[in-house]
Order: sequence, then C-alpha cells, then structure tokens
Amino acid sequence: MNEHDEHPLHLDGNALAGPLGEVFLVDPTTAWRRCPSCLRPSTLAELHVYGPEPGLTARCPGCAAVALRVVTQPGHLWLQLGGGAGAFRFSRPRIMP
Amino acid sequence: MRGWRRARLTGRTKQTATGRTLVFEVPRWPGHRPGQHVDVRLTAADGYQAVRSYSLAAPADGERVELGVQAAPGGEVSPYLADDLPVGAEVEVTGPLGGWFVWTPQEAGPLLLLAGGSGIVPLMAMVRARLASPSDEPCTLLHSVRSPDDVWYAAELDAAAAARHVRVRHLWTRAAPEGAARPVGRLTGADLRDLPPPADCRCFVCGPTGFVEHAGDLLLAAGYAPGRIRTERFG
Repeated sequence: MNEHDEHPLHLDGNALAGPLGEVFLVDPTTAWRRCPSCLRPSTLAELHVYGPEPGLTARCPGCAAVALRVVTQPGHLWLQLGGGAGAFRFSRPRIMP
Repeated sequence: MRGWRRARLTGRTKQTATGRTLVFEVPRWPGHRPGQHVDVRLTAADGYQAVRSYSLAAPADGERVELGVQAAPGGEVSPYLADDLPVGAEVEVTGPLGGWFVWTPQEAGPLLLLAGGSGIVPLMAMVRARLASPSDEPCTLLHSVRSPDDVWYAAELDAAAAARHVRVRHLWTRAAPEGAARPVGRLTGADLRDLPPPADCRCFVCGPTGFVEHAGDLLLAAGYAPGRIRTERFG
C-alpha cells in the first residue's frame, strides 16, 4: 500500500482495515459477502474503494453497486452498509497510548 | 478496536529517486504477518491530522518496523515522510492491519508474487519470510518496473535470487539494461510461462490499480484459480 493522495483509480478494501478497525473487533477485510445486485461473491478486501474524500465508498467489483461507505470525522465515524440503508454513527475513541 | 502507538524513526534508506524504506521503533509492537500494513497518523501544530496506509516491508522483528514509502508528487504526507521527517522524530501508527492480503511461511505450496513498482514492498516481507524459513518451497517474484533505476531492494533481491528456491525476474517496462533478452514492455501472458503450476500455488499481486487488474486477468487466463489469487491496489 502507499499513499492515497492523488489517485485517478480506485483502491480496494484492504485500505478499509484501518478505518473500520476502529469499530470492529475482528479484522473486517476477510469478511465475505454476496452482492445483492449481481450475486458476485467477494471479501471486503476485494471491494473497489473510491475516496478518500469526502469518504471512502466501497463498491462491488462486478457491478459497482455500493457495498458500504465510511466517513471519518474528528469525533465520529459514520458507516453505511449497502446503498440506501442510512448510516450508523459511531463515537470514536479518544487518542489512546 | 485499536489504539495508536508512538513510533520513532530510527533509520531511512533511499531505494529509488522517490522510494524510501523507513525503520521505526514501536514500543510494545505486537508483531505482524507478511503482507500486512499500518496506518500512519501525522498531527500538525494546529491539530490537523492526516492518515495514510503503508505496507510493512519485513517480517516481524520485535519492536522494529520497516515501512516502504513512495513519495507521491504533490502529496500531502508521503514526500514529508520520505525526506523531511527527521530521524529521532515520532509519528503515530496503528496496526498491524489487514488479514486478507497476508501469507505465512507455515503455508505449504509454491508462492508466486507479482509486483508493480513500489508494490514490491509487502511482497518483500513475504520473500524475506520465505528466505528465513527452513522450507524450500519455490518462491517466484516477477517485478514489473520501469527501469533499473526504479528497482527497490536491488542488492538484496540479487542475493535472494542466488537461493536455490527463490527466483527473481525483473520485467522492464520502459528501459532495460544492456543485453536483456525480454523486450521492454508491460507484463504479458508470455511472462507467466514456466511458473509454478496453478494447482497448489498461492499468488499475491500488489501494485498500481491498472497493474493489479491486468496481472489478475493474466493469472486467471493462465489457469490460476480466483480463490488462490490475492490482490492489493494502491491507486
């Protein structure tokens, strides 16, 4: 992996390990799903990820349907699963040693 | 849920004109597996924070953590890490991150590694882990890279290629050294000949998005099973 500063193309779900790791107890990148739109199976690591601003959007590698969005703010992390399901707002932990 | 740890820069090695490896000392680092990465967080005096992901370049080694940093032109973080962060200064890291793009030397079977440019970094951790393990399962690294000036770990890869079970092949995309047999150009199906047979081989591909998509397609066409190919894109 390397810097995401100016990338014309997508990344993949490996890049979500850090952001989602703030709110998941287990590594999220090995989680498996089947796209409800095109039925393609994939792990979270295999999703195509666009961003980083205004947030990270993960899409099915087969049909580009939105699988999740994650937006990190100083005090909160917003997580939306699927395309139109509303977003969960998690409180982010303060800096820990 | 994880926390951030302080990481002190203890050394920096110039790999290419814009590529650096940075060694940090991270107290209480829990260890990691080849292929994993960390997120690095920088905090400015006014509180502004920037977080970027960098791959771990070496197998676990106590509190010593080696990262590969490719300076992106005009980038906000990578040029600073590559050349300006003073040795002795601290950043924050969280990790190890990622459980999917990982490999451990205990796994049986040949290893096929395809690197595009600085995508070599996480794969180097795998090569080093393979060299350090007693197993003599074959390990093949195909490194697609612009020119000899753009090769990371050149001397170490030359030395690795002398090991009986490790093969390293550079695929020059713009300029080849004199006498190179392969024509200059991007990875093709012909480059995948005489590789470990697909049956029990594990494949890891890392590089720019275009390279990863292209290499993945070629591996599938060559008969490697989708379930045995793991990819990581960095844009």
